[in-house]
Amino acid sequence: MADVVVEHGRVAGATGARKRTSLHNALKRKSTVAFFLTLPLILLIALLVLYPALFSIHLATLNKSMQKFVGFGNFTFLFKRETFWMVVKQSCIFAITAVIFKALIGFIVAHFVHNIPAKGQRKWRGMLLVPWVIPPAMSTLAWLWLFDPSYSAFNYTLSLFGIGPVNWLGDAAWARFSIILVNVWYGAPFFMIMYLAALKSVPDQLYEAAAIDGANWWQRIWYVTLPMMRNIIAITTLFSLIVTFANFDIVRILTSGGPLDQTQIFATYAFRVGIESSDIPLGASVSLFMVPILAVAAIFILRDVNKRGNEA
Amino acid sequence: MSTIAIDKAGPRRKVKYGSMSRDRAWALRWSYFFLVVFVIFSLTPPIYMLITSLKSSAEISAATNPWWVFHPTLSNYVELLTSNQFLRFFWNSAMVSIVVVIVTMLISVPAAFALARMKFWGSATLATGVFLTYLIPDSLLFIPLFKMFALIQDLTGITLLNRWYVLLFVYPTLTVPFCTWIMIGYFASIPKELDEAAIIDGASWLQTLTRIFIPVALPGLIAATIFAFTVSWAQFLYPLVFTTSIDQLVLPVGITTTLIKGDVFNWGQIMTGALLGAAPPLIIYAFLMDYYIAGLTAGATKG
Repeated sequence: MADVVVEHGRVAGATGARKRTSLHNALKRKSTVAFFLTLPLILLIALLVLYPALFSIHLATLNKSMQKFVGFGNFTFLFKRETFWMVVKQSCIFAITAVIFKALIGFIVAHFVHNIPAKGQRKWRGMLLVPWVIPPAMSTLAWLWLFDPSYSAFNYTLSLFGIGPVNWLGDAAWARFSIILVNVWYGAPFFMIMYLAALKSVPDQLYEAAAIDGANWWQRIWYVTLPMMRNIIAITTLFSLIVTFANFDIVRILTSGGPLDQTQIFATYAFRVGIESSDIPLGASVSLFMVPILAVAAIFILRDVNKRGNEA
Repeated sequence: MSTIAIDKAGPRRKVKYGSMSRDRAWALRWSYFFLVVFVIFSLTPPIYMLITSLKSSAEISAATNPWWVFHPTLSNYVELLTSNQFLRFFWNSAMVSIVVVIVTMLISVPAAFALARMKFWGSATLATGVFLTYLIPDSLLFIPLFKMFALIQDLTGITLLNRWYVLLFVYPTLTVPFCTWIMIGYFASIPKELDEAAIIDGASWLQTLTRIFIPVALPGLIAATIFAFTVSWAQFLYPLVFTTSIDQLVLPVGITTTLIKGDVFNWGQIMTGALLGAAPPLIIYAFLMDYYIAGLTAGATKG
């Protein structure tokens, strides 16, 4: 690569010097071209991602009317609020439980799809990925209707077995369960697809060798599949952890954080405080609490992705 | 060795060796059984959407089996598709998504080309930065962005809040990093001999990009386009925060805020709206599933 680049420069220099102006040469230089090609990207990231991120730290240090600097005042205020600690606990329970179940279900389903003859896999995979394709706001509306306490399907079905009626979204424990269920429904297909791709990349010889050594199916998963898929499992899980932790749509539409803020997570609480109660600095402080966990996950993802890049 | 070969392809062949292929056949039956269970789980909400959308309000509130339509009617569809408000949401969504897709491609394809092929000062850092930006969720930035747009309005008089076109500025922050990232991967996988040959033949960098890289990486380009479209179409938080007037809303926010009037849920119409809102991504997915999946799995790989 480097050789060609040098050659390109030399050719351009030799012929161009006579024919074209120096401005033309500058425009033909690789670094200039590269700069202009990446300029829109750099501007976008700087103005609409980096700047708001820093601005949010600034906002978090102001008082409600945004005229006085209060330092860590918003944070100490939040630390004293019981609701805030509930949000922290809620977000962690929600994200960890949902990610574990998504990963497990995704792994199991990927195995089943991998197990069946290759001819039919496409069809099954196509149907199983549908939850991931529907915009979450739309599918959550369908769940909201399925959870409806009096007229709808779940309680009707349960009543046939003499159970219920369950107050799916009105009772705090059931509401948490419902939110996690919807999130698992939405996110498991993503894991399934990633694992399926990873499963297909495990060389068959390894399984043959394991079978010759007398390994049963469990040993094959434990000693062959899992080590081979370790990297993709790590990346997918961490990625999903970020997305789930920062989730907004599902909780907002299902419960809006209710009953009594008992299902509120960071994103919905920040929305409630910052936009609905128009205390922008406090809302910014709430969402900034997501940064540490997101940063840790991001660092690990980056490490794994780079490792993966070097392997390939 | 031969037993192993049969072990792997067992189920569709004649049973030759007792226990092993019988185990395989049972494993296969269980696989199908659980796949059916999971498919039912996956498809229940969309199918229930369809069922409800075909019912009249009277049937929905009647105490009949909710899983079946006794008197199918298209009145919900007719009502929504003739309502100016709903068409307005649809139009806003389509407009925003299409413009965002175009902007995204115009930004990310040249940038990915530069990052994949033209090693320059800081290119590795920038590529890492792009990936990190992709990991920043919308729920972290909506409050500072909201305040930023309000300040811009105060300082320059340009109204951005409560206008649909504000979304044209914020959606690319969600789509561009991912599209750039996967395009870097696709471009990096193109053999260097191709662009070397082009450069020896006297092609400029831009010609190399438009004549060689874009045609060769077309599958990647399609995957990125699909991704950008579905993300823009599905985005819920930003439009909820930045737009409030009914004529400025996009579909997801429009359906959740206008069809739910107080405590009265007109479920027939809500489900119809949700189904129509889910239709464009579903149709794209039905026709371009392989590109969709390629884009999905490419995000976690490099090169």
